[in-house]
Amino acid sequence: MIELLGLGKTYQSKHGSFEALKDINLRIDDGDIYGIIGVSGAGKSTLVRCINLLERPTVGQVLIDGIDVTNYQGRQLLDLRSRIGMIFQDFNLFAQRTVLSNVLFPLEVRHDARSEALKQAHNLLKLVGLDGMEKRYPAQLSGGQQQRVSIARALANRPAYLLCDEATSALDSLTTASILALLREINRTLGVTIVIITHAMSVVEAACNKVAVIDGSRIVETGEVASVFAAPTAQITRQLLGLETVAAVEPIDAGETIAAVEPINAVEPINAGEPIGTPATQAPREAVDGDV
Amino acid sequence: MSELFTSEFWLDYGPLLGKASIDTLVMVLSSTLIAYVVGILLAVVLKLTEPNGLKPQPVFNAVLGWVVNMGRSLPFIILLIILIPFTRTIVGTIVGIRGAVVPLAVCAIPFVARMVESSFSDVHPGRIEAAQAFGASTTQIVTKVFLRESLPSLIRGAAITCITLVGYVAMAGAVGAGGLGDVAIRYGYYRYQSDVMIASVLILIIVVQIIQSVFNLIARRIDKR
Ligand SMILES: Nc1ncnc2c1ncn2[C@@H]1O[C@H](COP(=O)(O)OP(=O)(O)O)[C@@H](O)[C@H]1O
Ligand SMILES: [Mg+2]
Repeated sequence: MIELLGLGKTYQSKHGSFEALKDINLRIDDGDIYGIIGVSGAGKSTLVRCINLLERPTVGQVLIDGIDVTNYQGRQLLDLRSRIGMIFQDFNLFAQRTVLSNVLFPLEVRHDARSEALKQAHNLLKLVGLDGMEKRYPAQLSGGQQQRVSIARALANRPAYLLCDEATSALDSLTTASILALLREINRTLGVTIVIITHAMSVVEAACNKVAVIDGSRIVETGEVASVFAAPTAQITRQLLGLETVAAVEPIDAGETIAAVEPINAVEPINAGEPIGTPATQAPREAVDGDV
Repeated sequence: MSELFTSEFWLDYGPLLGKASIDTLVMVLSSTLIAYVVGILLAVVLKLTEPNGLKPQPVFNAVLGWVVNMGRSLPFIILLIILIPFTRTIVGTIVGIRGAVVPLAVCAIPFVARMVESSFSDVHPGRIEAAQAFGASTTQIVTKVFLRESLPSLIRGAAITCITLVGYVAMAGAVGAGGLGDVAIRYGYYRYQSDVMIASVLILIIVVQIIQSVFNLIARRIDKR
């Protein structure tokens, strides 16, 4: 179980301070595939990076299996991190290492016995469907294959948790579907609890059982995916679902703000302005049709 | 000039040029080696302590960066002279190969430090973050990510360092270090034996070409991007 209690994160920079997370309270139960969705700059990456303490929260606590890890340092911190897997939007594979050597990396870091580690790495590559590609280099793989390698690498230490920061955002829709299917399989067969950060509702729909919506550094809505989709309460959730349109300005981290137009309740999403995060072509959900 | 290609010429000057070539190579390679041992260390410290590095120490980093830049802007010939007492304490002499290697290495250290630091900076920050996420310690990140991921770039940099040092060795030759530069100046400039000078310059050119090709070949072989 991962618990975030009253979590806040303020970045200090030359231009002043910025509150990237405000009063975040979240509980991720064992076995969950928990989606955290929001637009660019909402604070998603900051939130997920607080879980393995790549980012140190300014206030609040991070509890892993009921233990407060917020102030872990040194060896304790490194051990904690090696028990939590992580995958990234641009895969972050080591370019000068083979596929096998990439998967071995987390085991190498912990000085695991070479033969045990090799067996584990081969098993994982089989699990992610990359049997026989051990000797290739990342540059010789497609994006989907690279993400599979990075999943195998993230699972090398048999973590109980897997954090995915926009893991499918660089992939086409078919590859995205296959990666999400793989994550579901890993959740089911290995019992790994998964946190999925995304800006696309389609990802939440395809993979998650629970979802938290984050907007402007705060969590504005949480719940079972089915109930949030059926009855979204926050405006941003409805926008992410394509039920309300926003002016067609892609929010950019550089502080450009979204000018929300008058909310239009529509049976079908109006694509004049592209709904944030969802492909313009995405069909509205049935649940939504009934709801309006 | 045409004498250059006769066997008498090579009988007369072959041993001299051969020894000078070997001296040049010994000076270049040993000073490169020493410069890399210290330069990599400095680069690691610079990289780790930069404001958004793994162990940020902005003030220390700025001071060290400033010292390194000072070292880089000092002309080699001045360094050669300033270092005389230091060189004498360390190797007991200021002439010959041993006397030259000290100022050559000292001169190359800041250069190498900056070049290695820049190779480190080319390592994608996401890879550092991935290593951190898997619980790698700072030492492991240095050896397994910074050094390993930038190896091809480091080797290309080493070629540049070696070749720059070939030029400096020739300069050091002018003040009694030996090597091809020394031969070129003693025979060509002072004794008007232009054939000897041309021969040594040709050998220098060939040495530079060989260094470049060998390092390029290695870098290409190991680069998997
Ligand atoms: N290291 C940092 N220093 C200052 N501001 C940051 C830093 N990291 C992120 N931010 C800011 O925090 C906000 C949230 O960032 P992030 O968590 O990356 O958002 P998301 O992943 O949802 O796109 C952004 O406005 C971003 O500019
Ligand atoms: Mg992000």
